[in-house]
Amino acid sequence: MAEIGFIPKDRLRDFLETVNKTIPVYVPCCEGDVVLFRRYAVDNVLCLDRPAHTPPKTIIFPQSECLFTFRFEKDPHDPKKTTIQLAEPEEPSEAIIFAARPCDAKGFTIYDRVYIDTDMPDPYYKKRREKTTIVTMVCPSPSPGCFCTAVGGSPANREGADVMMTELENGYVLESLTEKGKALLLYQYVEDGQAFREAAEAKQLEVKNLVHAPFQKEGVYNISKTIFNSDEFWETEIDKCISCGACTYLCPTCYCFNITDEHAITRGERLRNWDACMFFHFTLEASGHNPRPTKYQRFKNRVGHKFLYYPEKYDGVIACCGCGRCIRHCPVSVDIREIVAHLQSSTSDVSNTSEKEKKGD
Amino acid sequence: MYQTPVRRKRKVIKNPYLPELVTITKIIDETPNIKSYQVIFNDPERMKNFSFQPGQVGQLSVFGVGESTFVINSPPTRMEYLQFSVMKAGEVTSAIHELYVGDQIGLRAPLGNWFPYEMMKGKKILFIGGGIGLAPLRTLILFMLDNRDDYGDITIIYGARTPPDLCYKKDLKEWESRSDIELILTVDNEYPGWDKRIGFVPTVLNEVAPSPDNTVAITCGPPIMIKFVLEGLAKLKFQDDHIITTLERRMKCGIGICGRCNIGTKYVCKDGPVFSLAQLKELPPE
Repeated sequence: MAEIGFIPKDRLRDFLETVNKTIPVYVPCCEGDVVLFRRYAVDNVLCLDRPAHTPPKTIIFPQSECLFTFRFEKDPHDPKKTTIQLAEPEEPSEAIIFAARPCDAKGFTIYDRVYIDTDMPDPYYKKRREKTTIVTMVCPSPSPGCFCTAVGGSPANREGADVMMTELENGYVLESLTEKGKALLLYQYVEDGQAFREAAEAKQLEVKNLVHAPFQKEGVYNISKTIFNSDEFWETEIDKCISCGACTYLCPTCYCFNITDEHAITRGERLRNWDACMFFHFTLEASGHNPRPTKYQRFKNRVGHKFLYYPEKYDGVIACCGCGRCIRHCPVSVDIREIVAHLQSSTSDVSNTSEKEKKGD
Repeated sequence: MYQTPVRRKRKVIKNPYLPELVTITKIIDETPNIKSYQVIFNDPERMKNFSFQPGQVGQLSVFGVGESTFVINSPPTRMEYLQFSVMKAGEVTSAIHELYVGDQIGLRAPLGNWFPYEMMKGKKILFIGGGIGLAPLRTLILFMLDNRDDYGDITIIYGARTPPDLCYKKDLKEWESRSDIELILTVDNEYPGWDKRIGFVPTVLNEVAPSPDNTVAITCGPPIMIKFVLEGLAKLKFQDDHIITTLERRMKCGIGICGRCNIGTKYVCKDGPVFSLAQLKELPPE
């Protein structure tokens, strides 16, 4: 069963300091007006009262990472011959993500099905995921644009977390959910938290009701395929989109990437970089043919992937964690909640396809 | 509740992104902008153990430039080397065209699915190809010729813009001389010295009007050709599950993760590139 620890508020920095000495700890920090996950340091300003602007996905899935390096070597005996040496990067080190939001942690579970739970797992993601301990903090208050409850989450959701942290008046209650989580509770400054179990549970219940679901209707989630496949719908709906890609880069569940080579003279590396389905070049082929040449087709694919394709593949799970970042940070105020609501608004003229029906056929 | 799958039994996993090194043993000029490359693994053991199915693809790496996807167009019944045909179009293909015999490149293979050749046994086979689209068909044609008794009559309709743009001229010559293959060649416009058909592939298909009885049609070519060939086959009353095509998409990871080659739920790199028309009709229109 879960073990429960408690860290008094005035001991939190001591705790982080201690852990950070052995394992890098990433915490949400204020940098001007922006909250970002940074490696813990004595002088950074912790910010636990609102969600970070960027999700912590970069700690497990870096924006740019080396897949392998290559080196060309000339044959000393035959100058015409060149051989190539490939080398994989070093193993990633352990890490702790501290005070992620439940939606952020859920984002990793969306990755897991694609990156780990497959016949050809992604070794880079898998290793980092296994070596990272995620401490999620029960969301004290929802932010504008939050809609986790509409996509199967909640401000106290435990999916993807190793430790669940609940803030009380005088300190933080830490509940370990996995072996990795248990190990974290063994550090100095974590006191026994049994006495606070009830208070934490009450708090978790309380916050669950704070986020209202903008589109789940009576727990049923239906998307009209007729509307979804209508070009007109998408053309009108995202007319204002400027294909900047901010929604994808800030999304805890967006996992698309590109692979490119960088090299100079005799050595170089193959890199994996975040990419985004919002970009024209994402699907552009060398021949000039592009299967998704317009922004509405690209947006349709993004929404389709999260709310139709992914659920169809993975038992109805929606590939969106409802963090609301794409809504808060969209420069032209595209709101995915509205789009999904519109996709299921008309019920009379369409053959609604719930995930259960789909599986049946 | 969904449990993160990190606590699964650990096994050593091969890094699917790490290419294996191969050496170019032969380069064939097919057309003014298409070259075929025969490669062997640097590791002789790997060459012996390597196996694949007709229609599967590989990612060729020019280190420092990048990777691109090509079908293995030599058949699994002839494993002295693996052959890839490369049309000069973008950065990687241009870099491949600069290579010489003896150069080393990277290969990740085999990837993707393959032609349902078991289902084709005992049936008549109709191949319809355009330009470099003959590459995936070539694998299957040679595979069938090496297992000739398993298949019925073979008809090949193949076209290109001009006669010099026809790929695999050596193969075409051989197929033309065989009595167990009907080869129909066409080019888009009249050309000095060309005495065969003239017209686009879909038009020629309509003219030839092959019977759909007990026949499987397999087609590959430029997207616009495939579109009209599929329509033509439907008009000829071919069944949807007896029409097979291979699709092309921009691909990167090759293992169904990176997100760019999907049509709805299907990833062309992993779930494809081979699809029947019946399967394509289940996917969202794109």
